[in-house]
Amino acid sequence: MNPSLAVTATTAAPGLLTADGLTGVVFLIMVATTITGGIIACCARRLVRAVAGLVVCFIGMAALYYFLNSPFVAMMQMLIYVGAVCITIAFAIMLAAPEEKVKHGPSSPLSGPLGLITAGIVAFGMVVMALRTTFTKAPKVNGGSVKEIGIQLLTQYSMVFELVSIVLLIAIIGALVIGRAGRSK
Amino acid sequence: MSLTLLNVIVAVVIAIGFAAVNAAYLVWAERRGAGRIQRRPGPNINGPLGLLQPPLDGIKLMTKQIMIPGGADKILFMVAPVLAMAPAIMSFVTIPFSQGIAAHNMEIGVLMIFAFASLGAMAILFAGWGSRNKYSVMASVRAVSQNISYEIPMLITAITVVMMNGSMDLKTISEAQAGGFWHWNIFPSLQSPLMPISFIIFFICSLAETNRAPFDLGEAESELVAGFHTEYGSMGFGLFFMGEYANIVIGASLTTILFFGGWDCPFGLFPGVWWFLLKIYLLIATFIWIRWTFPRTTIYGLLNLSWKILIPISLFNLLLTAGLLKVF
Repeated sequence: MNPSLAVTATTAAPGLLTADGLTGVVFLIMVATTITGGIIACCARRLVRAVAGLVVCFIGMAALYYFLNSPFVAMMQMLIYVGAVCITIAFAIMLAAPEEKVKHGPSSPLSGPLGLITAGIVAFGMVVMALRTTFTKAPKVNGGSVKEIGIQLLTQYSMVFELVSIVLLIAIIGALVIGRAGRSK
Repeated sequence: MSLTLLNVIVAVVIAIGFAAVNAAYLVWAERRGAGRIQRRPGPNINGPLGLLQPPLDGIKLMTKQIMIPGGADKILFMVAPVLAMAPAIMSFVTIPFSQGIAAHNMEIGVLMIFAFASLGAMAILFAGWGSRNKYSVMASVRAVSQNISYEIPMLITAITVVMMNGSMDLKTISEAQAGGFWHWNIFPSLQSPLMPISFIIFFICSLAETNRAPFDLGEAESELVAGFHTEYGSMGFGLFFMGEYANIVIGASLTTILFFGGWDCPFGLFPGVWWFLLKIYLLIATFIWIRWTFPRTTIYGLLNLSWKILIPISLFNLLLTAGLLKVF
């Protein structure tokens, strides 16, 4: 349609069995996994299945990080998001709602065709933006080794590091306050 | 780091084969060991010493019909056993069996094994929920709270070892311990004197993380029928079993690498992979021995042990190790 959209696709697509082609296939599988997981997480009628979808989504994202040559971030994604966040959510669901909750009641006005149109517009806008941008290769910050990440975290990004730990501290205090309130004297 | 497709396929096949054979024959070893400890023969009919028992059991399990209980969540019910087995196989990829025998050596090997081990709790949750059985749900809640609480001291003690050796690479950690008994991390002469404490905490945690007796509260036959795999028959049950034993092998391998020098041989005989396997199987024999010697604890005793004893000790251990490293 718009000729300017096709400008970036001038280079010939690599063959399917070359190294680049296989890399592309692997990448597409990861993206498909992530998106499928996300869709399951949003559309599932049962809460536990939504968590399962979230797990699939996070695993796909971890794979993408690994693909982008940062195994440390990938493993952290697995350890924290799958191993801690998802399990805690599933745990909470099991403790709180032993019977399966199926969505009932009138749906919100945005969930019908209006929502579909909005999603379509947003998706179209993002696709157009992605195709019009000329992507420059970002400079490599460091080798991606654990040692360098550690040094960077404790020197250049130490402020960020401390702020993150404050967020965690607040979460712990909040949990304690909520847990304390439920106790009888 | 160049991985051709053939390398990948060979590594995957070897990892799956090693995990499967180990799982099958560790069941045999467990039953024989239990028999010996309880003064009865154990499986000894099929083949010499009963060695044909595992393949026969496998055939039996595979030919049985898969029964899905009514009202169960079918997808989660079917996914859970796969999810129990797959991460265990993934973890084999990074374990160095010897100087040259590792499918893919990663700089963050320790982290990777913990990352995939955390998926095991997910499998238990899905199994318990998908079965639509009260015993299963209770068992999976128990098993997951246990897994979460023992993951913390285990990671903290692993960090002490990582700090001592200055690397998360399993191969580098093994290489750093080369040169005989007294160079191994467990022995305090050259390393930190706190290492035996780390080892004990790590060993207890790996027993708990693999849901082994005395910490098998997730199965607890006496109270919860069979725990989270009550409703599973045929190969679904088989996969849970294989996943458990594959996890035991990984736990033993990790303990060997972190504390017993990996493939290092104490006397200079038969270097390499044989020593590694010997150390693994000695540790697994200890696992089996402990299982059939100690009675099961209670769930409160279990959680108290982790939160009130192991976590504070391991935190102190971490601080003291850091202090020692700074001073010396």
